[in-house]
Amino acid sequence: MSPQFSDYALVVAAVLFALGLFGVLARRNVVYVLISVEVMLNAAGLAFISAGSKLGQPDGQVMFIFILTLAAAEASVGLALVIQFYRAYKTLDTDSARELKD
Amino acid sequence: MVTVLFFVAGALAIVSTALAVTRPNAVHALLYLIVAILSLSVLFYLLGAPFAAALEVIVYAGAIVVLLLFVVMMLNLSHQSVAEERTLLKPSIWIGPGILAAVLLGALIALLSNGAPAGGDSIEGPAAVGTALFRPYLVGVEIASFLLISGVVGAYHLGRRLKEPRP
Amino acid sequence: MELLWLVPALPLLGFALLTLARRLVRGVAALIGVGSIGLSMLVTLWIAYSFLVSPPQSGAASDTVWSWIALGDFRVSVAFYLDSFSLVMILVITIVGFFIHLYSAGYMEGDDGFARFFAYMNLFTASMLILVLADNLLLLLVGWEGVGLCSYLLIGFWYRDPANARAAVKAFVVTRTGDAAMLVGFLLLFTSLGTLNIQDLLSKAVSQWPSGSGIAIAAAALILAGALGKSAQLPLQTWLPDAMAGPTPVSALIHAATMVTAGVYLVARTHAIFALAPPVQLAVGIIGVATLLIAGFSAITQRDIKRVLAYSTMSQIGYMFLALGVGAWGAALFHFVTHAFFKSLLFLAAGSVILAMHHEQDLLKMGGLWKRAPVAFWTFLVGALAMAAVPPLISGFSSKDWILSWVWSSPAGGPVLYVLALLGVLLTATYTARLVTLAFFGRERDVPEHVHPGGALIAVPLIVLAVPALFLGLIQTPRSLGGVNLFASFVQGVLPEPGAEGPPSTELLLMAVSTLVALAGLVLGWALGVSQARAHLARREAEPAGSPLHRFLLSGWGFDWLYDRAIVGPYRWLARINQSDVADWIARGFAALSRLLNRLLSLAQTGRLRWYATALGIGAVAIVAMVVFL
Repeated sequence: MSPQFSDYALVVAAVLFALGLFGVLARRNVVYVLISVEVMLNAAGLAFISAGSKLGQPDGQVMFIFILTLAAAEASVGLALVIQFYRAYKTLDTDSARELKD
Repeated sequence: MVTVLFFVAGALAIVSTALAVTRPNAVHALLYLIVAILSLSVLFYLLGAPFAAALEVIVYAGAIVVLLLFVVMMLNLSHQSVAEERTLLKPSIWIGPGILAAVLLGALIALLSNGAPAGGDSIEGPAAVGTALFRPYLVGVEIASFLLISGVVGAYHLGRRLKEPRP
Repeated sequence: MELLWLVPALPLLGFALLTLARRLVRGVAALIGVGSIGLSMLVTLWIAYSFLVSPPQSGAASDTVWSWIALGDFRVSVAFYLDSFSLVMILVITIVGFFIHLYSAGYMEGDDGFARFFAYMNLFTASMLILVLADNLLLLLVGWEGVGLCSYLLIGFWYRDPANARAAVKAFVVTRTGDAAMLVGFLLLFTSLGTLNIQDLLSKAVSQWPSGSGIAIAAAALILAGALGKSAQLPLQTWLPDAMAGPTPVSALIHAATMVTAGVYLVARTHAIFALAPPVQLAVGIIGVATLLIAGFSAITQRDIKRVLAYSTMSQIGYMFLALGVGAWGAALFHFVTHAFFKSLLFLAAGSVILAMHHEQDLLKMGGLWKRAPVAFWTFLVGALAMAAVPPLISGFSSKDWILSWVWSSPAGGPVLYVLALLGVLLTATYTARLVTLAFFGRERDVPEHVHPGGALIAVPLIVLAVPALFLGLIQTPRSLGGVNLFASFVQGVLPEPGAEGPPSTELLLMAVSTLVALAGLVLGWALGVSQARAHLARREAEPAGSPLHRFLLSGWGFDWLYDRAIVGPYRWLARINQSDVADWIARGFAALSRLLNRLLSLAQTGRLRWYATALGIGAVAIVAMVVFL
């Protein structure tokens, strides 16, 4: 059986996830970190949907909806934190906040 | 036709995501992210999930990214910060994460290439999704609603202006 | 007999109250401390009364308080056993103990550890009562170890002086040496006879073990080792003279009512096993007579008034062991009773003398105290005459004479032991007379201007204790002197006589001989005291040089020196070379390793968010890669 759409979609999801991970680790700006997290969540959603499509089940889309909810909540809380961060440090560079240390 | 559309959308998603993650200007990055999300939505539609495609456009592109955009504009990141971003994007900083992400990608591709389950594409309409959502996953929906409420409360609480600025 | 459990419980309650209640007023502490023993004494008197009026059917009663251990067939209960033997013991312990406590209330006045002192004393008495009332060996061991613990606490009562603490440790360690052997003996009895109940044990031993069998000898020898440690007999006697470091009432309690007599009690209680092991019984007699002589010779040379009394205790306990060795169990017990009274009297009177002398204990510095401290003098004289066994009414005479007559006539005794015991009589009289002469007669040498021999709390116990010390001998007299036989017939059922008594003419002869020897000893001791006092006055402060023999005797026959060289020295050497032992290396290695790991891991704590995220990412990627590629 030749590869279906869903197989390629899984590959795309893997690529997007890797890109998101790269962004989270490489960028020092908090806003970019948040963007990268959104990318990773999107990749996971794509993986779920393609799996659901491949298996002919609606559960993949249900999981995507849950991920969507999670992403929305995460974005709102995360952005609130970003605003506070900026107010506290006058910068968005995560490396400037080093107080998580003894 | 559909096959071409699929691959174009997939390539577009990957490229625009890569740009979104690496652009020094935050507004540009967010615009690339919107492009990536729209092309992902096309992928969803082609994978037989029209409901998810619609949600992707409405919630992601319409709400989350706009929220991010608002924050970026509110913080008013000027050209100075763009220049600063550029200096921060040195190879010495991104080489490690790059290797790590490459390893992850290799592992995932390897996983997909030898372990993908058999099966064809099928279309699951909004009715099927809604039935699944409100029958077996009802508890999950309720928990998700709790999560959203706590997100709202948390955002309100955290976003408030502190009485006295931190030292 | 339902009240029997109260006898040990009341002092124990007193101990608990005194320990738990902090910062008691002196009066209340004294009331609790003395009152608990007083109540215990009253209960004991009531029990004794009802025991005499209506003796139990089998001659013994037992009172099970609660079941302690119940494992299948193995049952141990906290049960108290009362027969005429233990009745005599608890009578002596509570009566003598009460008066010592009363005296302590006066003697310890003004001491910082007043309540602590009474707490320990109460626990001491309670432990001894548990020991003598115990129905089984396990409970006996509880009392036994309690006595050992309290002796440690009380000898080291003034713990701020390191010498006192050392004396306490010495007493504890030396007696423990014997205790270890005794515990092995108890386990041997339990494994071979299958019970811990003392009465069952004795009857089973008699029916199952042939006389002179190896197991009987082993058991008897091991029990004897424990008894030797507690009773300060050869070769575990070295702790007793040093035990004088404690306050004087403690010495009185240790020497008279508790502690050192525990060994005598144990041997007499298990006499059936000793009767099955003739060689061990012979050893008991020989050890007794040897201790009697060694301690007697040492006592003659001591300068410290309390050390003289300590050595005298060793020699008097030697008499008891001699009596046990020849099978005269009743005579040993009777000597214990009279000894308890006259020795407590001697110690308490000596305490009064020490108070009068402002805590000076050197005999050579005393002298002429008879008119300065009359109460102490007269009561001390009564005790001294009792110890020297001067006839006819004095208690020590009848008990000692009883022992001597059995040593002569018992099948286990004989002329050799008798002659040695007679030498002991001479020594006893000599050191006693020397002690009295040096302390109370002659010119005052270094007596302070103002003497305070103590108030009514000190005087009353002395006078009261002097009465039994004088007249207790009346309840058991030789046949030629009335032949009162109350004591022997009372304990007859538990502690049988070793055989038929000799003819009355022999008895009269023996009595005359021992009396003459005692009188000769008194004269000798008086002469010795007078000459030493004179020599001290002539030389004043100069230390008496003394011959090597004198120094040898002064040091208690060099046993401390010998043990230091033979045991303590090598042990400390071993401890020193093993100071950084291998077992510690392992433990320390673990500590060092975890400290190293800690230092490594705390390097990872940079405070950089990205670094943490990277670490998480590395871990996740590594796990995925492992799943995929392995």
